[in-house]
Amino acid sequence: MISAFAAVYARDLRLALRRRVEALLPVVFFIVAVSLFPLGVGPEPQTLRQIAAGVVWVSALLASMLSVTSLYAGDHADGSLEQMMLSGHSGFEISAAKAAAHWTITGAPLVLAAPLIGLLLDMSAQALGTLVVSLLLGTPVLSLLGGLGAALTLGLRSAGVLLILLILPLAIPALIFGAGAVSAVDSGQSTSGHFSLLGALLILTALTAPLATSFALHIALE
Amino acid sequence: MPTLSFVDLACRRGNRVLFRGVNLQVRARHAVWLRGRNGRGKTSLLRLAAGLSVPEAGQVLWGGQAVRRAGDYATRRVYIGHANALKEDLTVTESLRFLAHLHGRAHDAAVLGYALERLGMATRRDALVRTLSQGQRRRAALARLALERGASLWILDEPYDALDVDGVQAVNELLHAHLSRGGSVLLTSHQAPGAAAPDMAEFDLDPFA
Repeated sequence: MISAFAAVYARDLRLALRRRVEALLPVVFFIVAVSLFPLGVGPEPQTLRQIAAGVVWVSALLASMLSVTSLYAGDHADGSLEQMMLSGHSGFEISAAKAAAHWTITGAPLVLAAPLIGLLLDMSAQALGTLVVSLLLGTPVLSLLGGLGAALTLGLRSAGVLLILLILPLAIPALIFGAGAVSAVDSGQSTSGHFSLLGALLILTALTAPLATSFALHIALE
Repeated sequence: MPTLSFVDLACRRGNRVLFRGVNLQVRARHAVWLRGRNGRGKTSLLRLAAGLSVPEAGQVLWGGQAVRRAGDYATRRVYIGHANALKEDLTVTESLRFLAHLHGRAHDAAVLGYALERLGMATRRDALVRTLSQGQRRRAALARLALERGASLWILDEPYDALDVDGVQAVNELLHAHLSRGGSVLLTSHQAPGAAAPDMAEFDLDPFA
């Protein structure tokens, strides 16, 4: 049983390793964006702690969206996408593999960078832990939604901006539940509700986004 | 080995209807050379044949079934378009392995080496695609054809493009072997396939504009 998922996933990872600097740019953007806030808002620890979760989450969201614009563009331009969609493997499998690769290359590093960032914003250990878990659940959602946006805007001019406008609204629930979990922990409430919703959102997105992405890719190739 | 048939096929690109009323059959052991001026829709026809796009009118059938619904079409059809489908940052072997794996063909090192050998690319097997010339990239892209064992339908868009005399010969040898195995070919080419190429039926798209 030939696994197209494994082949596409491994290939994308290998390609990212060959362009390490480019692959790290989203994380660098993430760190730079978050670092701007203490400068812009003032170093008052109380303020920083309050906005920390939101700032980190929004920056992660933007970093994800910026890096996903080229998810399908390269393959579309050199003919690889055609070959993938002609291979007889389901578009679902291929879209899922691309999103998984995107998360591994961009999302996972964001999750790993989050503790560093949290310290920058003077977050408590508990809040930090909750933030990392919320990003762990939420960044895959962003990768999946981003993949859908990339497929929908494939070949269009100003695809980047259009993608952000399309996908940002869809990403808002993840943002609200993710940042909300940290606020809950700060005010002493339970985070289980937020995590349950985030988890459910992840499952729902994992089941629907690749399907929609597959349709969008077929349309883009017509 | 099923026949590929176009039944009253019409194609539209944006506002223009490129061609209409195209009837054509590509049978086993036969090759069809699709001809036509630039912009007549040769590439569009090949993409319709591959099942990448949907016709404006008419049908593309594989053994009587619509290609987009035929279950075994994906495995029996090899489409090599204008674009080479090679990744700049992968080596020739890695790119070929990915394509072979994707399409369910053998992809162990020996088989890939043999395929590259057939296209004269064995010495560049570990070179990054980025470092290759246009002709070399085309050879690497066509190496997939040397992986084919059974009878299948080859849909080739300008396969001779950028190839030198040796490259053209290599492709023709592959075509001969493929046809004698029971395969079929539908290709476009601006240059005449030449005397060494297998006999091909010519189909001119110009009258159907």
